[in-house]
Amino acid sequence: MSEPRGWRNLPIGGVAYRLSTDVKTGDWRALRPVVDHNKCTKCMICWLFCPDMAIVWDGEKIQVNLDYCKGCGICAHECPVKAISMVPEFEEV
Amino acid sequence: MEKTVFKPKIPIEKQVLTTANGDEAVAYAVKQSYVDVVAAYPITPQTIIVEKYSEFVNDGLVHTEFIPVESEHSAMSACVGAAAAGARAFTATSSQGLALMVEIVYIASALRLPIVMAVVNRALSAPINIHNDHSDAYLMRDSGWIQLFVENVQETYDTTIQAFKIAEDPRVQLPVAVNLDGFFLSHTLENFYMLPDDTVYEFLGGPRKLVNVKVDYFSEEVPLVLNPARPLTFGSLDLYDYYFEHKVQQVEAMKNVPPVVREINEEWYKLTGRRYGDGVVDAYGVEDADIVIVAMGSGAGTIRSVVKKLREKGEKIGLLKIRMFRPFPYSDIAEILSGAKIVAVMDKAIGPGSFGALYEDIAVSLYDLDERPLLLDYIYGLGGRDLPPSLVYRMIEEVKKDLESKSVERKIRYLGVRE
Ligand code: SF4
Ligand code: SF4
Repeated sequence: MSEPRGWRNLPIGGVAYRLSTDVKTGDWRALRPVVDHNKCTKCMICWLFCPDMAIVWDGEKIQVNLDYCKGCGICAHECPVKAISMVPEFEEV
Repeated sequence: MEKTVFKPKIPIEKQVLTTANGDEAVAYAVKQSYVDVVAAYPITPQTIIVEKYSEFVNDGLVHTEFIPVESEHSAMSACVGAAAAGARAFTATSSQGLALMVEIVYIASALRLPIVMAVVNRALSAPINIHNDHSDAYLMRDSGWIQLFVENVQETYDTTIQAFKIAEDPRVQLPVAVNLDGFFLSHTLENFYMLPDDTVYEFLGGPRKLVNVKVDYFSEEVPLVLNPARPLTFGSLDLYDYYFEHKVQQVEAMKNVPPVVREINEEWYKLTGRRYGDGVVDAYGVEDADIVIVAMGSGAGTIRSVVKKLREKGEKIGLLKIRMFRPFPYSDIAEILSGAKIVAVMDKAIGPGSFGALYEDIAVSLYDLDERPLLLDYIYGLGGRDLPPSLVYRMIEEVKKDLESKSVERKIRYLGVRE
């Protein structure tokens, strides 16, 4: 975390002074998506439906960027081959 | 008293003498102010403003995008969106409409969007009442908007144009509400002088100009506007870590308002020959007065006529008209009222369980004086109840008795209510 700023050093109007990607928003998740790459057909439907930008394509397969994943489970619900399962956050996979 | 004859840049013979009611005067002022977006929902007694303005749109006299929304909440929302996209935006409302819109009213000021809104003052329900008092204006008192009150149709026209310039001043960047009394001003025909279109255009410096902000992810300052090429986040979540700082920014911006309002009042004077006190307050006969009446809005006109007659008889009485209610000019008022022996504040709204809001502000202004005048709160005119000169005379007689006895027994009094 950077040093918190005083009111004199903030842009007016409540405009964010950094990119929203600088703010990690995945910390209030209760469930987390786990991808079974053996089942995944790389159709990218999960990427399309993720309301954040938490599904990323690494060049070979899809990955979940947990820094931004809210655990909503939309990806798991939309996956046509049920390659994504939602597991409790505290559970080791 | 002016000794030399002052010649304004646009002398009265070059201004157009016309007749309109207060609502129409607002519409004319907005028409001349090169407004990009007008979004509004009709509510009595504001309706004429938008009706008149939609005629201008229909007749192709303005370039404005007119948005007939389905509620006042949407009207302010549309203005917020438009202003965030860089437009000069205007809306108008009254009473329950303002109450419905108030959620977004706070957002407009916090996002620092220089929107102008005409608030045609009307009583709040219940009981349902379409007539004038200031309860709607008091409702938005702490919303971070600049609040100006006008006295007659001429001041309504002049102030509406000035409001855009005040709001858009780089030192300010806050929305402005121009308060005009419902029916007393909104529906009453008066003569007033209009400026030529190009004069207003020049006075405002053309279309709205944007201010810049410095954000970390752009190397230079960027205009504070929604622009896909340089995306900014408007209206973000701002919890305990930054909300406080942004509120302080609003408070600090408010501090810049009085000098800007005074400057613009003076500039308007040089241009048109008209000014309203120093723009912030308008004191009449207060210098040597023992008794001072404090009032806002159209009532100030009635009171002034009474005060004038009494002064002609040699009575030491004055009127202090508050033109700028927010930010409240505490120190100016302390200075002006420091010589008075008794001050009667007139509140055109009631706060069950408290004093009138204007009274409280005046009391705070006077608190630090070594010698404080006696102070009274007169609640009057609720729901459109008339304030005839006879009632003002009666009130002044009462105030004189208090002054003689040097004590004030009942601090809150209702002027014109039936017992
Ligand atoms: S759980 Fe929700 S947020 Fe997380 S990757 Fe799936 S769709 Fe995106
Ligand atoms: S929707 Fe399912 S199959 Fe398609 S890419 Fe995502 S995980 Fe793979």
